Amino acid sequence: MSAPPGSALFSRTPHVARTERSEAIARGVFFVMSVAMIVPLVAIVAYLIYRAAPSLSWEFLVDVPRKGMREGGIWPAFVGTLYLVGSSLAVSAPIGVLAAIYLHEYARDNWFNRIINLAVINLAGVPSIVHALFGLGAFVYAARFGYSIMAASLTLAIMTLPVIIASTREALASVPMPFRVACWNVGASRWQTIQGVVLPNSISGILTGVILQVSRAAGETAPIMFTGAVFFKAVQRGDLFPYGLSEQCMALSMHLYTLSTQVPNVRESIPYATAVVLLGSVLMVNATAIALRVWLRNRKKW
Amino acid sequence: MSDRPKAVEVEDLHLSYAGREVLHGISFDLYRNEILGIIGPAQSGKSSLLRCLNRTIDFDTDARVSGTIRLDGEDVRRVKDVFGLRRKIGMVAPLPVGLPMSIYDNVAFAPRAAGLRSRPTLDGIVERCLRQAALWDEVKDRLTSLGTALSGGQQQRLTIARALSHEPEILCLDEFSIAIDPVTTMRIEDVLRELRRDITIVLVTNLVQQARRLADRTMFLWKGEIVELDATAVIFSDTPAERRTFEYVRGIFG
Repeated sequence: MSAPPGSALFSRTPHVARTERSEAIARGVFFVMSVAMIVPLVAIVAYLIYRAAPSLSWEFLVDVPRKGMREGGIWPAFVGTLYLVGSSLAVSAPIGVLAAIYLHEYARDNWFNRIINLAVINLAGVPSIVHALFGLGAFVYAARFGYSIMAASLTLAIMTLPVIIASTREALASVPMPFRVACWNVGASRWQTIQGVVLPNSISGILTGVILQVSRAAGETAPIMFTGAVFFKAVQRGDLFPYGLSEQCMALSMHLYTLSTQVPNVRESIPYATAVVLLGSVLMVNATAIALRVWLRNRKKW
Repeated sequence: MSDRPKAVEVEDLHLSYAGREVLHGISFDLYRNEILGIIGPAQSGKSSLLRCLNRTIDFDTDARVSGTIRLDGEDVRRVKDVFGLRRKIGMVAPLPVGLPMSIYDNVAFAPRAAGLRSRPTLDGIVERCLRQAALWDEVKDRLTSLGTALSGGQQQRLTIARALSHEPEILCLDEFSIAIDPVTTMRIEDVLRELRRDITIVLVTNLVQQARRLADRTMFLWKGEIVELDATAVIFSDTPAERRTFEYVRGIFG
């Protein structure tokens, strides 16, 4: 391209000015949007902690609710949530990860697997209240587990399963295909290829996907409300093993709902403190996921 | 010529992907300890032919194969131990693939997959293969560093070392020089001349001059058919049997 006579080759034409202006606008819009993401999070956390401050203490975490839940702590609900999340993931993580490995590494692209894929996607979109009704019918009544931790955590497992399958498949898909072909070419079986190359390089993504479901399972109220969570359950203060799998339990999300809607004259700071504990636990789990991801990513090899 | 021992016999090989035929019934013999060059433009079926040979075509659900390929007289599509079959054939892909593991593990991967565990034996294999691939001197002090951290040319030699690690009878190279510099290409060509004494080599290449430099016989494959297969000297002479061959090797057509 030749410059117009009398002007330098790299002069500032109207076109350059327009380019710079749109660049500045685009950059500004993107920046504002990312800041806008932070504002609600900080606002929520700050507001919760401010309202919860009078009740927040170690005692609040390890003590049991007293005086019709108007005072005391949230230990039974906290442990109940740990139980529910732990046992639901103990079911959904292995099934989900192994199913995803089958679907991504072994399954051929035929109508049967397309139906499975469709089912996974649609299952992920089912509202949690529908999962709750299914859990009530399937686990509480049909399987005769009754209202129990088992029924509730299986319901949560069904709810988290499709998302774990989807995230695991994403993680597996991030391992480049030529690695697999190279392994097959030297006479490795699919399983040897998965062990040697695919899993070591997708494990960070798989774990992150699983851990993110922890926060979802911990936060959902509907699926456990119908299947195994109760308003109140008498438990020893600080007892780590207060529940059996066939018993009902309290849970943080349910407890928060109860305190806010069902119990009159609760000290105002108690529901907020419960929310802080719930949010804090979830954020800690997410932080673990991020740390794990960073650690494993640093070991990534290409 | 035809009384030489045959490593591979291909007879009337047809291959189609989802109903679209890409190999239209090709037949040829591969003799032991020769370098067979396969030239031809993109989409002529060169890579697909190699995939039929070691049956990695099986991973492609859409692919349909008919005809016979015999390796040492045995029909490859009937072999019981497909992993053993693949170990008889070393395969080097166009783009270098260092596996995301150490240089040592890259080369030891195939012997280990075949069930070998003895450390001294593995050490020996790793050194032999890296020497054969002309990579040993560059990496002998850092066998534990990552294969993926090597340069492209080094990774391609690592790929060759890995392809040799399972002691193949046939080494197939699919446009191995596409992503590496000319100097490394020349080094690998020297490596291939050395290897020819022990094994049979199939050299698929887009560079007709590379086939001319290395191959004993050259096949011109075009749109899934063998246009001509003859001694390299004949193919590159002024009077090959087919006019299309003449025009292709001189860059007039294709």
